[in-house]
Amino acid sequence: MENGVPTLIAVLRTWVARRLSADARRWFDEQIAKLSSAPIEKDIYLALGYATRRLGKHDLDLSREDLAAAQAARPGWDPSDWSVDQASRVAFVLASFDGDDAKFQARIEQLFRTADIGELITFYRALPLYPAPKRHVARAREGARSGMQPIFEAVAHRNPYPREQFDENAWNHMVLKALFIGSKLDPIQGLDERANPRLMRMLCDYAHERWAAARPVSPELWRCVGRYADDAALADLARVLETGGLAERQAAALALTASTSARAKSLLAGVPELARAAAAGKPGWTALSATAQ
Amino acid sequence: MFVDSHTHMISRTTDDYERMAAAGIVACIEPAFWLGQPRTHVGTYIDYLSLICGFERFRAGQFGLRHYCTIGLNPKEANNEELAEAVMEILPRYALKEGVVAIGELGYDEQTALEDKYYRLQLELAKELQLPVMVHTPHRDKRQGTLRSMAVALEHGLDPRLVVIDHNNEETVREVLDRGFWAAFSIYPFTKMGNERMVEIVKTYGAERIFCDSACDWGVSDPLAVPKTAELMRRGGIPEEQITKITYENPLAAYGQSGQINEADWLNPPAIDQRTLYMGNTVLRGGQAPRVEHKPRAGTGDDLADLKIV
Repeated sequence: MENGVPTLIAVLRTWVARRLSADARRWFDEQIAKLSSAPIEKDIYLALGYATRRLGKHDLDLSREDLAAAQAARPGWDPSDWSVDQASRVAFVLASFDGDDAKFQARIEQLFRTADIGELITFYRALPLYPAPKRHVARAREGARSGMQPIFEAVAHRNPYPREQFDENAWNHMVLKALFIGSKLDPIQGLDERANPRLMRMLCDYAHERWAAARPVSPELWRCVGRYADDAALADLARVLETGGLAERQAAALALTASTSARAKSLLAGVPELARAAAAGKPGWTALSATAQ
Repeated sequence: MFVDSHTHMISRTTDDYERMAAAGIVACIEPAFWLGQPRTHVGTYIDYLSLICGFERFRAGQFGLRHYCTIGLNPKEANNEELAEAVMEILPRYALKEGVVAIGELGYDEQTALEDKYYRLQLELAKELQLPVMVHTPHRDKRQGTLRSMAVALEHGLDPRLVVIDHNNEETVREVLDRGFWAAFSIYPFTKMGNERMVEIVKTYGAERIFCDSACDWGVSDPLAVPKTAELMRRGGIPEEQITKITYENPLAAYGQSGQINEADWLNPPAIDQRTLYMGNTVLRGGQAPRVEHKPRAGTGDDLADLKIV
């Protein structure tokens, strides 16, 4: 990873430079140069502080090739909705890395502690890019506990860090919290691969809470239920097939296709049309997520 | 549309935010101040500054208001030297945060030596960073304190166009305007001054470099003071363009000099903000200018009568 830092900075610079005037580009390059050579802390917070002023907040609007370059530089990295100021600030922070992991972590922590909201979103989005990734688990979990949806989503959405570093409890609570605060599940990386029986139980219990309160249940909830569905969960899915709206029924069918149990197969046999679509992967979790409220 | 340039929203409820948005307030500025009792550690100060640049900004966005703040060591807490020294250390870290439109609230409370020291140091910081200054004029010995605040600002070479003198009254406004500073008025309910005074002030002094705010906080105060004052001015025969200046354009012009508050923030926010931070003002949706209706709350009669200048 350490060797990757210069590559990451170079990639970020390419994207940012396209959106900047010659003056702004020069300022950006000066900051990178200054921060790469034994910076004092003041250099860092001035560069971060002036970033939105000097460089603006335009979307990067990355092309497919750009996103491929991101994947090549750091597998799982998805900067598809990053903006110029975010990419620049991340480049500045990375430029200050001199190979000393502990020092870098202390600096990042200090930056998090005195960050404004835009910086918080930026620094959390950049979690997968920091050297010595294991050092930032507590910080990432702090972000996933946030009451501010954009902060939570900076950790949870389009970010490979939780899938790679969160233990089961942290993972499960992140997924449950996403539903709880009305955030989508589909942008969470590793959703299917990290499904587990405990999460299945938490989600079914949550669905029961929602039903008891006569509140809607997101169709996405069932995505992390299907594979490990026990008898009670299968009964819940049967209930959804009977009483849910179309999106919920499609979701239940998709969930059941992930189960190997005989009961799941017989439930699917009872809804042949939905089962056929689900077997063909239709409408698919991403499409269901897009139509969810 | 209104801008309320002095609000301590961390003390206000979601009802307030809803009422403010419904009344057409599109932006509010939260000056760093004390919290009703003095802080005793720099750590709590850090968390406070992070709160007004962080969660409160987010919270306001949920209700369709854009939230800005000022950063500073207030005169009351300047009297705790150990705290003051530590806060001065961290202020530069916050002064350049997004949405920080001034260094403030600064000035004098009891006009002590320590207040004077930290007022001057922060004037220098504002000069270095080219940020406007928000001056809190003292509640007691107000006229002298106001004159001194301005004299010291001029002594440090600040352009009065970059300095807002807040909490004015009839005793201070003439000298503030004569010296070229901005004069802000905080409109509180139930103070000893008459409710038509803002109207009278505008009739006497016009609308150049004058604006009003609610200074709503944890005490008895009214987050709708700006739209209500606009309505009072309208009833008092003040021309519409002057009302717009006093309740919208002037605070925007004064604090806009920071480059951190701009009409586009609410009329045409950057895509990244729309995705994350700002839910938009539903009043503004549909391409209409917001309609400002004055609706007395049930059972209170016409509460315009309660509005007073500090």
